[in-house]
Amino acid sequence: MTRPLVEVRDLKMHFPIHAGLLRRQIGAVRAVDGVSFDIREGETLGLVGESGCGKSTCGRAVLRLYDITDGEIVIDGKAIGHEDQNSLRHVRPTMQMVFQDPQASLNPRMTVARIISEPLDEHTKMSGAEKRARVLELMDKVGLNPTFASRYPHEFSGGQRQRIGIARALALNPKFIVCDEPIAALDVSIQAQVVNLLEELQDELGLTYLFISHDLSMVRHIADRVAVMYLGKIAELAPRDDLYAQPLHPYTQALLSAVPEPDPAQSDNQGERIVLRGDVPSPANPPDGCNFCTRCPAVMDVCRRIDPDFREVTPGRYVACHLYDPEHGGTAPEQTGGANPGTAQARTGTYPSTQQGGNP
Amino acid sequence: MTDPVVSSGNDPQTVTASHQMGPEAVAVPAARSQWRDVWDQFRTHKGALIGAFVFLGICLFVAIGPWFWPLDPTETNMRARNEGMSWAHPMGTDRLGRDTFARVMAGGRISMAVGLVAMLLSLFLGTLIGVLAGYFKRLDGPLMRLTDMFLALPILPLLLVLVVLFREPLSAAFGIETGIFVLMVTAIGITSWMQTARIVRGDVLALKEREFILAARSIGTPPRRIITRHMLPNVLSPIMVSATLGIATAIITESTLSFLGLGFPPDFPTWGRLLFDAVSFLQSYPMRAVWPGLMISLVVLSINYVGDGLRDALDPRIRGR
Repeated sequence: MTRPLVEVRDLKMHFPIHAGLLRRQIGAVRAVDGVSFDIREGETLGLVGESGCGKSTCGRAVLRLYDITDGEIVIDGKAIGHEDQNSLRHVRPTMQMVFQDPQASLNPRMTVARIISEPLDEHTKMSGAEKRARVLELMDKVGLNPTFASRYPHEFSGGQRQRIGIARALALNPKFIVCDEPIAALDVSIQAQVVNLLEELQDELGLTYLFISHDLSMVRHIADRVAVMYLGKIAELAPRDDLYAQPLHPYTQALLSAVPEPDPAQSDNQGERIVLRGDVPSPANPPDGCNFCTRCPAVMDVCRRIDPDFREVTPGRYVACHLYDPEHGGTAPEQTGGANPGTAQARTGTYPSTQQGGNP
Repeated sequence: MTDPVVSSGNDPQTVTASHQMGPEAVAVPAARSQWRDVWDQFRTHKGALIGAFVFLGICLFVAIGPWFWPLDPTETNMRARNEGMSWAHPMGTDRLGRDTFARVMAGGRISMAVGLVAMLLSLFLGTLIGVLAGYFKRLDGPLMRLTDMFLALPILPLLLVLVVLFREPLSAAFGIETGIFVLMVTAIGITSWMQTARIVRGDVLALKEREFILAARSIGTPPRRIITRHMLPNVLSPIMVSATLGIATAIITESTLSFLGLGFPPDFPTWGRLLFDAVSFLQSYPMRAVWPGLMISLVVLSINYVGDGLRDALDPRIRGR
């Protein structure tokens, strides 16, 4: 087992709410509320969940784009949870980010060459010619025509812009890249191109990804392990195949049952769709006990009182649910599938991967 | 660390100049200079081209005109009072027989210098305060309350106090003309930056939430370079608009001050003073007010057009369309 490149422990990111005449703090939006996970070197961790559950905030907090409320983040052996932004500058080259909206993440008044060389300006002492060579190399690597170097972002299509964003993230040879819904703003044919590019780059450069998405089939394709977030907490974290074959947490089950089937006639889970009732509670005022207790189809009394721990129920599989906690009358799940779930599994095939049925 | 974008931060053109420098060095095939693109776009804007032509013409007229015109703007000639237009006096003479043509040229020097410098000063102050207030949350409250305070101050009494307090010391230090010039420019500059500051702050607040600023932060760009590299080029448009309007306001404020006797001494011609001197004779000699008024209008109009064209030309999204 390779060592973890990224370790996140009990990460909390609360945004204060100010109101009233004196702008007193009257509460906090608990966007991320106690999240722990590891990402091993060379692995892709998929982070899924519905809108507003704190995925993006989590990704940004891991890169310390926010000053986190609590918790610890270790990247490549360096604890960066509570460093100030100035001293973080030296750590930034190891961790980069690809953004969701390729239009918004590129400065409209800078040429492509300037955008890609900005990290080089900041962190290297290269000469102009060296920078230029590196920029052209990067453009070539992400599949952009080097003759476009002096063009502006608005002259490109969405997919090309996302490639510019990826080239910028790669400029400093990072080890860890947070991909914050890099494909959400692209249409489907371009999504496949960009995802395949990300995979090729991972193989070539040995990158580690935190891949944030709400597209479950895309995460199934690219991720080695998947973490499911709900209302600021991780509900379940498991190796990809185990998670898709046998989701444990009721929320994961509901989420996976909502994935559209390309061929409904052949799917064997007809009529088994789990429809959740009600709305997501406000992260400013989460329910007592388990965050999911207001909508959970398998809710028990204990769920409304005690927040379930995030526990390892079988090797490599973590669930925060009382159903699997023997202390509260839960049962440990029988071990199926993935004989060795702890190790990152090699990905096979290219997108679009066909789904093989097999939901609960 | 090499950083091409270090600029004083007040002059929009400087900012863009440094920001545009990079690509020339990088582009692979036949790199076109960014400034050529800017010029090409500027040329397509007819109004801007005419405006630039008129503005340069007026600059030349007031800058080198007096060297070629034999008459002195302050020389009185009691035999040629209140004359109309003639070859000897193309714009006529005033009630002391001074040549209006010479006075318009001499007045233009001072008026335009005051207008430009005061505009630059207020632009610098406004941009600085706007950017600081918008970018640094801790400074927002204090700086914007300061802006509100300046907006709430009655400007004329404030100027009065400034002039009374500083006129003598400044005249003693720099000589009468330069002293008053410095006083005028500072007084106008520090009382007219508030609109710019508010506009810039608003834009910076909006820009700060854009993802490319987040991207710059994730790269590790320190705030000062985020401001010079990402913020200033993107708030260029409102700054340009403020600049063009600022020149007009500065020229007019200077006129007001001269009229109230707080500006330049009466024997220093400025466009504002010429205008106000002529107002009392408006019915008998209307042309005497028309000439300086025409010059002020032309300058303001041409600068507005130039600013409009420059703003379009400097925006890569509009350029080439």
